[in-house]
Amino acid sequence: MNWKTIGTATTVAALLASGKTNAQEKIVIDGSTTVGPIAKAFAEYYMERNPGVAISVSESGSGNGAKSLINGACHIATMSRAMKENELAAAKEKGVTPMAHVVAMDGIALIVHPSNPVQGLTLEQVRNIYKGLVTNWKELGGPDRPIVVISRDTNSGTYETFEELVMKKEKMSEKTEYVGSNGAIRQRVLTTPAAIGYVGLAFMEGVKALTINGVEPSAETVVAGTYPVARPLFMYTNGKPEGHVAAFLGLKDTKDGHRLIEEIGFVPLRPKVAEMPKTP
Amino acid sequence: MRWEDATRWMGTMVLLGVASLSILAVLFIFYFIAKEAIPFFAVRGFREFFTSPEWYPSGHPPRFGTAAILYGSALVTLGAIVVAVPIGLSAAICLSDLLPFAVRQAAKPIVELLAAIPSVAYGFFALVVLAPLLQTRGGLLFRTVVWAIGAPVGAILALMLSQTISLRFPARWQRGAGLVLLAGLGLAAWALLRSLAGRAGQLTVESGTNALNASLILGIMALPTVVSVAEDALQAAGREIREGSYALGATRSETLLRVVLPASLSGLAAAVILGVMRAVGETMVVWMASGNAAQIPRPWYNVLSPVRTLTATIAGDMGEADHVTGSERYAVLFAMALTLLVFSLLCNLVGEWLVRRSHRRWSGG
Repeated sequence: MNWKTIGTATTVAALLASGKTNAQEKIVIDGSTTVGPIAKAFAEYYMERNPGVAISVSESGSGNGAKSLINGACHIATMSRAMKENELAAAKEKGVTPMAHVVAMDGIALIVHPSNPVQGLTLEQVRNIYKGLVTNWKELGGPDRPIVVISRDTNSGTYETFEELVMKKEKMSEKTEYVGSNGAIRQRVLTTPAAIGYVGLAFMEGVKALTINGVEPSAETVVAGTYPVARPLFMYTNGKPEGHVAAFLGLKDTKDGHRLIEEIGFVPLRPKVAEMPKTP
Repeated sequence: MRWEDATRWMGTMVLLGVASLSILAVLFIFYFIAKEAIPFFAVRGFREFFTSPEWYPSGHPPRFGTAAILYGSALVTLGAIVVAVPIGLSAAICLSDLLPFAVRQAAKPIVELLAAIPSVAYGFFALVVLAPLLQTRGGLLFRTVVWAIGAPVGAILALMLSQTISLRFPARWQRGAGLVLLAGLGLAAWALLRSLAGRAGQLTVESGTNALNASLILGIMALPTVVSVAEDALQAAGREIREGSYALGATRSETLLRVVLPASLSGLAAAVILGVMRAVGETMVVWMASGNAAQIPRPWYNVLSPVRTLTATIAGDMGEADHVTGSERYAVLFAMALTLLVFSLLCNLVGEWLVRRSHRRWSGG
């Protein structure tokens, strides 16, 4: 070994070391298709101001998000429901301590075709439609058409929330059609005159949202707690978030964060407005 | 001498090893799916799984009956066969025996291009274009299809029948009798078609994502396989046997129907089976196009009713099924996969058997 090789080796090592500090920090986000748009808007906003951070957002469903976090495949799991007992148990087994952050509130809107004359239903009526006890719109003051009942797939957080808030754990009718995303439900309802479906508040564009127990689904009614089909949206981290992840999550309490959440159609949680947290 | 033997032995062994790889892969897939599926059957038995139509995997308590889902798979597959086989085989015959060589050279790659379209694109088409179309223009669509299929079939049948029957008349009346028969039969066919089309036009489709939608799209997706394999089979029948048939004085249609088709039967059967396998295994399209309602249609042949299939259920439920603790909800998906695998295997075996049988017949053994 001569001095030249040692010199080269040092240069390479120095390059590697400096490369490491300059390298982009990565934040991987996975989970709910409902919370996904918030994560995406936040990510775009955050990356614009922090060029050194690369944030990737996937939407594979709340269950997959939880799995991802438990397996260490993502930094933040977006979920439209709280983690379940068995998920928490699995996390504990793997040495992961999930920490919940409520980023916004979401109402589930019952949507129908714009041409449907029905304006509103009671929670009980909605449950009866999904149970298959009410099968024709004429029973609800609409035209004489069999109701096409559309649900999210059982893999989605929206389904689980609907099952809990509306179905009260009772079985849906065997005639219920299942669809893989909020957008797909909107698409089906938009093109099917006799359809009823349920989506997050962000997906009501172009379709008609029904009042439930006389209350319209809107940001105000969801925050006020008067709209009966509403739920918090979560981002889960492994333990207390630090560095960029913490700053990213802090966006939910900023003015711009509220604006982003509102633009997507969700409801920011707290009126308290903080300044954009200092980046580490 | 010794060296050559050793080299030959080595070569054989290497090739055997490579060939065994695919067999090993199949065995491993079988083993791992069975490993996950057997605990399910061990706990819940076979009865509920195969006979109950109640599919509530997240219910309290859960129900894991797949009768409706099995039925949905069968219905959608059968529908795809009805779409793909007549169109595919006709197209193959046309390409191989009727069209000029240059046209075939150009047309076959275009048909095979259908296979290159990703299945999610087909699914998107089914959801965004076909489903609304079925809902708003369903009656018109069905009426058009009845006329489009019925008119040529009716015309050909009327022509053939009137010709055959008129041959029984004395020679001098043959022409007149043929014309009268043709007019009568044509009128009857027209009346029948009209009433059929009228009835089809009355049909309304409440939900456009249903068994028919999925069958249509799957049928189109299976087309390139069916056409390509069938056309190869018809070509493989060879020039000699066609020329032999012409030399004996047979017409083109006689040659085609009595000589070429029987001679390439095994290949045609393979084309159909490969097409069916494509339809059975397809996931994305049925997930988007079939509506995924776990019900047995009423009446049983109602293809306008939404159905759920095995593949779509496995894909759709896999995310939430908790594999960390190995729940029944996870195992039941493997039980379904095993069922699907066994069915595919049976399909393959039947195909193999058919092919062998026709070989034996044609080699005179």
